[in-house]
Order: sequence, then structure tokens, then C-alpha cells
Amino acid sequence: MIAAQLRSQAQYRTSFAIDVAGSVLFGVLDIASVLVLFRVVPTFGGFGFAEVFLMAALAVTAFAAADLAVGNVERLRVYVRSGLLDAVLVRPLGVLVQLTALDIAPRRVGRLVFGIAMVVIAAGHAHVRLTPHSLALLVITPVAGAVIFGAVFVATATVAFWWIESGEIANGLTYGGLNFTQHPITIYGEALRRLFAYAVGFAFVAYYPTLRLLDRTDPLGGPVFLAYAGPLVAGVATAVAALLWRIGVRHYRSTGS
Amino acid sequence: MTLIEARGLRRDFAITSKAGWLRRRTRVVTAVDAIDLTIERGEMVGYIGPNGAGKSTTLKMLTGVLSPSGGSVRVCGFEPVPQRTQLARQIGVLFGHRSQLWWDLPLAESFALLRHVYGVRESDHAARLAHARRLLELDAFLDVPVRQLSLGQRMRGELTAALLHGPHVLFLDEPTIGLDIVSKQAVRAFLTTLGATGDTTIVLTTHDLADIERLCRRLIVIDQGRIVHDGSLEQLHARHGSRRRLVVDLDEPLGMPLALPGAIIESVQADGRRITYALDGNVTSTGEILRRLTEVAALRDISVLEPAIEDVVARLYLRRSGDPLHDAAV
Repeated sequence: MIAAQLRSQAQYRTSFAIDVAGSVLFGVLDIASVLVLFRVVPTFGGFGFAEVFLMAALAVTAFAAADLAVGNVERLRVYVRSGLLDAVLVRPLGVLVQLTALDIAPRRVGRLVFGIAMVVIAAGHAHVRLTPHSLALLVITPVAGAVIFGAVFVATATVAFWWIESGEIANGLTYGGLNFTQHPITIYGEALRRLFAYAVGFAFVAYYPTLRLLDRTDPLGGPVFLAYAGPLVAGVATAVAALLWRIGVRHYRSTGS
Repeated sequence: MTLIEARGLRRDFAITSKAGWLRRRTRVVTAVDAIDLTIERGEMVGYIGPNGAGKSTTLKMLTGVLSPSGGSVRVCGFEPVPQRTQLARQIGVLFGHRSQLWWDLPLAESFALLRHVYGVRESDHAARLAHARRLLELDAFLDVPVRQLSLGQRMRGELTAALLHGPHVLFLDEPTIGLDIVSKQAVRAFLTTLGATGDTTIVLTTHDLADIERLCRRLIVIDQGRIVHDGSLEQLHARHGSRRRLVVDLDEPLGMPLALPGAIIESVQADGRRITYALDGNVTSTGEILRRLTEVAALRDISVLEPAIEDVVARLYLRRSGDPLHDAAV
């Protein structure tokens, strides 16, 4: 199925190349914002460049992986609006599978590859001691982070089932979430932090694992084990997203004729 | 074997409209109102009704796209919405208004992709595709991306796509919409062949009543969410007083058109040389009328017109507009 997708996209070869380049560029911009920030301030929320760099790299990698896997779910809006979801619903596969696997965007791989490269560089730059423990954390963190982002992608996309004009709401949480996770949560106000860092789970994408990787204690007084809570949070987020999705599909009302 | 069974099937839609600044008024519209439906294996059923009658809504509930608001429904033994993916393997669906094919892929690759989606065996797939290619003459445009196909070509592709997994029931929502005569005939001929085997149950909605006349022995008419007729075309005519017409051409005009029992004079044309009678089949026979006519006049020509399906259906549709007796009448 994915092969057919690739063939389909290869029909527009030039635009495919531009898309891949654009995808890498997105990653570059994500990281560049950190570089620019530290030209102006020496520390940010109590953290130095190397630390925020690692956070940003982990966040970008997690986001890019989620975007590659399920980013297409944002097209649900178009499917619901046009009634094309009818055609999806009469095929013997899950709606989410069809929306993502059957309409995959390989161009998004550029950002992911760039993100992984940045994690390697940032970990070196921050002098992360390479032990089995730190290596495991460096691998598990982006995976769990990707699942958390994926859940956010899916959960926010379901808004389209209830509100066809959902527009940019989803982007607020997904792209906004990327921005949130790139920075230490100490910079945010109490209310914002409670909502996004803990309720949505964004603190577990990069912040807590980075603290552990760099042997820092949490200025907010969080216990050490929070660094390993990523997979658990990812599991809960997935369950919530799956529930919303199921309710959403049942709620689908199609369009006329 | 009963393949489709619906009891008291209902679907409501909440329509919200603006009522002032930020305030909204919600109104519930019942698109399908407690319909009962039983369709046996191998039947070919025409499902018709005016725009907004609830045809598509019914079809969407039968295919698992929409959840019913009430009542029960089973298709091929499955509950459509909870068992959507299992049901999807048993049914084929064609929506005339929207494409099921991949816009940028050639037809051949869309078909190959569908084989994987449905998990069909290579040999079965090849056999069904070969059959469709022959009957629907697909070869000329099999390698053309779907977006470049004409509507007629695309619809033939859609029909093939809906059948490649060998479904037991085929749901067609306006399969001939927008097609030219030749494409319509190709689609109808194909469906006739398919229906003749008795293996595939076909339910089709249409606004082109010629589709029904050519294809379906059974006709279900829905209006305002309720079934107003379920039976053969002949039964529909009988129930709604459709009459056959007898047109007689005479050599010489009669001084006064002949009044006959069981035949109403509809029109007198050509200075009284052409008389059109509307026949009441229960009272008199065509032969009897001709015998009476030949007694008084010299006949030049006669013709008998079958009742037009359009007339009776139009009458059925019109009846409801602003008529409070509608429910009593049907």
C-alpha cells in the first residue's frame, strides 16, 4: 500500500523533492530558534544552551516521527467535510489506518532524520555519559514522545467529527505542543504548565528525560522517576485518543446525498 | 435467505441554525422514520424517492457509515456499525457522487491496492478483473490516472472496484447519475448480467426510472422517511390507478366521440379523427372496446400505451406537498 503511495507521489517528482527539502527546513528552523534564543540570553528558565538544545532535539524527533506516522490524520477534516469518509468507512480496514497508511507522506521523513541527527549532536555537546542506561533513555524518550504527540494528533483531529469548521484548533495543540516541549517547562506560568505539561503530558516528551540524562534535579521539585514515566503517559494518552476517535466515528453524520 | 433486515430503522439529524448572536436553535429532523425492510438473496431492488426522502441515509445505515438513531438492522448477519469491517468484506458500495478510487493512481493500480485492502487471493482477483474488463470494456483506459478519466469511464471503474472482492450485496447510490446514454446502457447491461446469476443481491437508488424498469423487479418508494410502496412496478400502477391508454385513429370523424364503459375519453384530436381512451383494466378489455368501436366507425390505426412509470411516481411525490391527508392516502 505504501509502495502505491510512493508511486502516486512520484508522479510529481519535483514537488516531492521540494517537499522533502521543506521538511528538513522545518527541522532546521525548530533548532535554529534555540540557537537564536541563546544569542540573546545566557540561561533560559534556569537552563543553559546545551540542555535546551537536547530538549529541543528530542522534542523535534518525537514530533517528526508522530507527524510521519499519523500526521495525515489532520486531513480528516477534509474527508468529513466532503463526505469522502463514506468511501473510507465501507472498506474493511480501520479509518485511522486508511487515513494514515493509505495516504502517507514520505516527504516528512526529512524532518525526522534531521531530528535524530540533532539528538546525537546535542547529546555529545551536552556531554551525556554513554551508559546502557542513558542510551536506553535516549531511544525510549523519542519513541514515547512520538506516541504522545501521535495521540495529540489523533485526539485533536476528532474535533472535525463534531465541528466541521474546526480549522486551526488542531494545529494549536500539535505545532503549539512542539513549541511547548522544546523549552524547559520552568518558563511557563503555573496554569499553562498544569494544563500542557501534566494534563496533556508534554513534560514527559523531553523535559524530564533531559533532566535525568544530564543528572540535574528538577527546579520544580519533581521526583527522579518522572524521567521514566514517558511510556506510561504515552499509554494513557493513546487510550484517551482511541476513545475520542471511536466516539467520533460513531458520531459521524456524513453529508447530503 | 434473508440478507438485509431492518425493523423500525430510524435516523434523526439535529439541525442547528443561528437564532441571534451566539444563540442557536436546534431542530430535530427525522430523515428515515421507522422503516421495515426485508431483502432476500439474489433480489434486485430499486430504492427511489424524491430528493431528501431518506434514500442515501438508509443506504448509509445499511453499509455501516451512519449509526441509526433507533430500530434494528442486520446486513449479511452483521450489525453494520459495530461490525463495520466484517460487513465491508461482504458488501460492495458505489456512491455515484464521490469516488472510491485513488485520484492520482491509474485504475489498474487502484484495483491492485484494493486487492490488498480486502485481502483477496491473487487468482480470484485476476478472474473478477478479467470478467469486468471484458464486460465493461476497461482496457482502453486501465493505465490512465483516475483524475483524467471521463465520468462514464470512472463510473465503470468504480463499479469494478466495488465488485473485485466478490461481495454478496451490492449497494449502488445513483450509479447512472450524469452518464450519457451509451454509458448508462453499458452499466445497465452489466448489472443485468450480474443480477441474472442470482448470487449478488443488488440495491440501487436512482432518479432515472428507466434504470428501475430495466433492472428491478421490486421497487421500494420512500418519501419523507417512510416507505410508501414496496412491491412490483405493476402493483404500484394498480394501487395508484395508472391506466393504459388506447389511441384510435379513425377514417372519418365521429359526430360525437363514442362513450364506452370502463374507458374514459382523455382527448380528441385531429378534428375528432384521433381519440385517446384511458382504460380501466378491471372493467373492460381492449378487445371489447375495439369491437364496440368497429361497429360504429372505420379504424385506420390503433396503439396501446403502457402507463409511464414517471407519471405514477410523480403523482406519488406530488401527493405529499402540503397535503395533510397524505398519510391517510397512502
